[in-house]
Amino acid sequence: MEILVCVRRVPDTSENEIQLNAAGNDIERDDLVYSVNEPDNYAVEEALQIAAKVGGNVTVVTVGGEDDEEVLRREMAMGANQGALISDGAFNGSDGKGIATVLKAFVQKGKYDLVLTGIQAEDGGAQVGGMLAALLDYPFASLVNSISVLDGGKLKVSREIEGGNKEMSEIDLPCVLSIQTGINEPRYVGMRGIRQVASVEIPTYNASELGVAPATVGEAGSKVKRVDYFVPALGKGAEMLQGDREEIIAKLIELMKAKGGMN
Amino acid sequence: MVEALQSPAQATYWLISGQTLFVTLNLLGLACFAYIVTKRLTPLMRGERDIRFDRPFIRLERFLQFWLGQWKHPRYRVAGTIHIFIFAGFILLATRAFSLLILGMSENFALPGSSVGIGHVYEIIADYAATIVFLCMIAAAARRINFRPARYEVPAKYGTGHKIDAIFLLSLIAILLFSESLFEASKAASLAQQGHTEFLATFSMAWVLQSALSSESLSTLWNLHRGAYLLDVLTFYFLLCYRPFGIQFHVETSLFNVYFAKLDRGTVKPVRWGVTEEHLDQVKSFGVKAFEDFTWKHMLDFYSCADCGRCSDNCPANAVGRPLSPRFLTIKARDYSFQHYPMFGARGNGTALIGGIYSEDEVWSCTTCGACEEECPLLIEYIDKIVDLRRGLVDDGNVPKSIQKALKALEGRGNPYGKMEKKRADWARAEDFLATCDVKVLNGKKTAGTLYFVDSITSYDDRIQAIGRATARILDNVGNDFGILGAAEKDSGHEVRRFGEETLFMALRDNNVDAIKASNVQRIVTADPHAYNALKHDYKDVPPVEHISQVIAREVKTGNLKLNPVENQDNVYAYHDPCYLGRHNQVYDDPREVLDAIPGLRRVEMSRCRDRSFCCGGGGLMLFYEPKEEQRMGVKRVQMAAEAGANVIVTACPFCMVNMEDAIKVAGMEGKMTAIDLAELVAQQMVSNSPTDESSADRLAEADRLVTA
Amino acid sequence: MARIFAYIVHKAGVVDDSAAELAAAAKKIDSAASPVAIVTGWGAELDVVCESLRASYGEVWKVANEALSYPNAELVRQALVKVLPSGSVVLVPHAHFGMDLSPGLSIKLNAAFVSDVLGVEGVEGASLKLVRQEFGGQVSAHVRCDTSSGAVLNLRPGAFKPQESAPINGVIVDKSAEIGALSAKRRYLETVVAEAGDVDITKHAVLVSVGRGIQEKDNIAIAQELAEMLGAAVSCSRPVVDAKWLPKSRQVGSSGQTVKPKIYMACGMSGSFQHLAGIKGNPFIIAINKNPKAPIFQVADVGIVADILEFLPELTSKIRETRQVSA
Repeated sequence: MEILVCVRRVPDTSENEIQLNAAGNDIERDDLVYSVNEPDNYAVEEALQIAAKVGGNVTVVTVGGEDDEEVLRREMAMGANQGALISDGAFNGSDGKGIATVLKAFVQKGKYDLVLTGIQAEDGGAQVGGMLAALLDYPFASLVNSISVLDGGKLKVSREIEGGNKEMSEIDLPCVLSIQTGINEPRYVGMRGIRQVASVEIPTYNASELGVAPATVGEAGSKVKRVDYFVPALGKGAEMLQGDREEIIAKLIELMKAKGGMN
Repeated sequence: MVEALQSPAQATYWLISGQTLFVTLNLLGLACFAYIVTKRLTPLMRGERDIRFDRPFIRLERFLQFWLGQWKHPRYRVAGTIHIFIFAGFILLATRAFSLLILGMSENFALPGSSVGIGHVYEIIADYAATIVFLCMIAAAARRINFRPARYEVPAKYGTGHKIDAIFLLSLIAILLFSESLFEASKAASLAQQGHTEFLATFSMAWVLQSALSSESLSTLWNLHRGAYLLDVLTFYFLLCYRPFGIQFHVETSLFNVYFAKLDRGTVKPVRWGVTEEHLDQVKSFGVKAFEDFTWKHMLDFYSCADCGRCSDNCPANAVGRPLSPRFLTIKARDYSFQHYPMFGARGNGTALIGGIYSEDEVWSCTTCGACEEECPLLIEYIDKIVDLRRGLVDDGNVPKSIQKALKALEGRGNPYGKMEKKRADWARAEDFLATCDVKVLNGKKTAGTLYFVDSITSYDDRIQAIGRATARILDNVGNDFGILGAAEKDSGHEVRRFGEETLFMALRDNNVDAIKASNVQRIVTADPHAYNALKHDYKDVPPVEHISQVIAREVKTGNLKLNPVENQDNVYAYHDPCYLGRHNQVYDDPREVLDAIPGLRRVEMSRCRDRSFCCGGGGLMLFYEPKEEQRMGVKRVQMAAEAGANVIVTACPFCMVNMEDAIKVAGMEGKMTAIDLAELVAQQMVSNSPTDESSADRLAEADRLVTA
Repeated sequence: MARIFAYIVHKAGVVDDSAAELAAAAKKIDSAASPVAIVTGWGAELDVVCESLRASYGEVWKVANEALSYPNAELVRQALVKVLPSGSVVLVPHAHFGMDLSPGLSIKLNAAFVSDVLGVEGVEGASLKLVRQEFGGQVSAHVRCDTSSGAVLNLRPGAFKPQESAPINGVIVDKSAEIGALSAKRRYLETVVAEAGDVDITKHAVLVSVGRGIQEKDNIAIAQELAEMLGAAVSCSRPVVDAKWLPKSRQVGSSGQTVKPKIYMACGMSGSFQHLAGIKGNPFIIAINKNPKAPIFQVADVGIVADILEFLPELTSKIRETRQVSA
């Protein structure tokens, strides 16, 4: 089975303190540690396990620049057979649809039975997988937490729905799946593994090689643009609730409602 | 010539001349033994390199101490004493055994000196030795049957008990000694009947037998004599050839195992002996995945295990029900090698050890405390094997999730918590503290003579930061010109290495070594025994390092540091030896001297102390591992402190502190037991002008309240 | 402004709470607009749902098809594409179904898509200024969405407060005939219900977390009741797991799970570093502890000094009361 996994390099949420910069219009990017988006990593591990079971090839691809190559290498150190970097200035400022458009062109250059993405990245968009599927006219399933390969070009997938329940579906290949964390236990990849793939060639593709019309991607083709970052006003240290028991409880319920904990 | 004085060589055994028979038996026996030993050596030939031929004089010294001197045996009084007698007996009897064998092939054979005084003395000694060893066999068998210590038990998952085999072997040795004595006794009895007195040691087995035989006819005696000799030779060779099939192989291998034993405490073997770090990239596979990946010395270890169970008896992981038992780590590997390298037939394929004889949890369970290695009378090594097995797991990407998280954070941020590098020195910037103690950051602009290597947990854990501040205050108070590396410091990597991630360890180490060199310090101090061990043994080319307890002890001795008396004289303190300060680096006395220098401080020793200290649960990455256990090691330890009559447990390691404080809560001993770090206590009690750190004052006030309550 | 459609999630004839929230959000987008509720399904249950929606939506478009009796997003998308006018703004709750449906739907409608919208700041010509969060909620962001060719917006549940208003008398428009035959390459098989105790605390937005202050295994029920009331899960710190009062899967901490909830109630927890290390993404932390000096109060947003064994049951019953009043 030919499997393509779309990965992304993101600021690591557990090793960074995300703060606004001094100007207040973006996050502080000076001291950020980057790594592969965690759900994407689960997707790669899943692809590797499927390929090990039924035979096949795993390709990892990302849309970005030079800096993003490191995540491709990390996934290759994990076991992916090849990497591909899609890079072109025209892609800067793309929204989700723009990225999906670029990836669609890449998918169509190859012959992939299965395309995986992580469920979402740090911006919580959770859209590229579904958009890519729609552009390709492939069937799609999101929040996938288990995959079994069936005979006859089909998969049985489970989706994570409310209450920890699982929605079981059968899906035809080729298809796109977005993968939820916890689907497997990704193997460890250390510096040594990366060193071993340090000199493997990673081909780069630009807009014209993929046949992507610049107007459909990038800043120009983007319908959704982030304007700024901001932090809603927050107090420092615990606000100790005062009053008698009833007052405290009432205040607490109010606060919880405001924070969305009382649906 | 009196018949009875004939040597067995001249006898006839069922139409075969004695000499022919015994020459044949000796040749056969030796050939058999040689074949067996060759087969046993086969896996060692396929094993990895191990550098063990260096420093011969030190090795010889240790050989004399641990092999000949049986140094570790008395740690278990009864078994140790019995074994010392058996061992001494064997050594003493060796000469006689040798000459006995020759006797069957060459009549009139006698060792030089045997007919004069020294020879007689030897015979007496040998007679007693044989008797004592014989009695020891009985004692040992009785112990196996009736007074079996718990450590001999074989849990069901590891197979059936070893009692039958043990008694079989003990019986064989007893038979050997008996036949030897009977040989002597029958000869002496026959001589006595003819008027020649042969001196046998009074009350020795041979003497007793001689008395019993004194009225037998000469021909009976002659038959007994010849028979005893044949039995002796047969038993000797049976034992010789049987020993390599079980734990008794240690009789032969112990010699080599002790000589080749590891010399460097606290270190970890390199990934591949003989491969320098620059060339490690060329090594295809790291660690031990198949049996043949073990070094020949480690394989020799497997052969040398005497199944005494002392290691597992002291293993804290075993005590709390983790799936690790060092004894069975060895026995299972030994059985594996016996099975896959049989006497006849093809050797088995190199099947994976993990998932086969070992489980992953077994390998991750080890805290590397070193209790097993400290006990083993045969100096069998465990930590290097565990590290090698872990290296194999890491190489295959098979790392538990929680450890992966920590490793990733270490790679990205230089600490397992994922906290930002620039905040590493924030502990020293706490307002109240900063006012009284301005800790220098050695970033090129500032210099100092001493580096205080803080390491990750003390830098980032807000409870443990108090230990950092206490340490800094102490150094300040004694006038030590010190500084810290601040953001340039990364985790020492001590556990990273011991958890098998050698590459990441090297990266952390290289970063730190560069930073240390750039700081131009002449010495290093740390309050973290894991960092201490790393800087002392894992790092090369760095200035000498001391633990804060050593510094304090010295300053107290010279009078530079004075300590106030304890406020509450009712508190009872027990010092817990951290594994990496105590056992691995043998710093036992300095912390105790410091405590004893505090006027009015009542101190007790736990029964498990010094090199028998019980691991708190482990440090570094071990705090991120989720073990399957029945109880926490820390809980057992604080209970030990309570049993010793203490209500304050003093430790000198940040990880011990975390584990102890956790354990006090889990064990429901809040209010009955407090934990405090040595540095915190000293900072509290030292005569100085700076106000003490509030949290440790609170802690001691709490301890005071406990007793008065 | 284009027509605003609200996709209604329902189950067993009951309309999901999100329906009212979508209506409220629609008002934020265009106060004058009358949003259309669009519902897919089949049979009597669908009819009941449509009927109940008439009270809050002026128009209810009913899309009935046997293939849609189970909400398979692939099929629902096909149906919606046939029925929705171009340029529409479609509001969908941001939950597992919305994540499955909306990105693909936006492509097929050639509309913009914004995920997990928390707020509508305003309309600027043919674009909307929306509020989102990134980095697991650590920062907020303003986003401009070009709605000139329509938009699909996934709205965060609970972000848009339903408004009290007098019931209206909406009409049901049956659009079922317009969708034609539906077929998809993804076929629903069945739903496997989670085993009791199979709770994944990392997936819960609200956690009621207990520490040693819970004191006994039997008291965990107190936390469980509160959690059920809140639709939350019970998590804990290590001592509780060690005492075997809760399974390991409930542990939050450096050697347990890492959680990124919206709200974290730390009940009877001291707030040890090892434990806090398992909480990421800067949630709203409520700390309840009888020790006013507990370190947890330094990291919590809101603190209450109380004995959790008394406080939690009172909180639970008060919440129950509140719910009964509003229902």
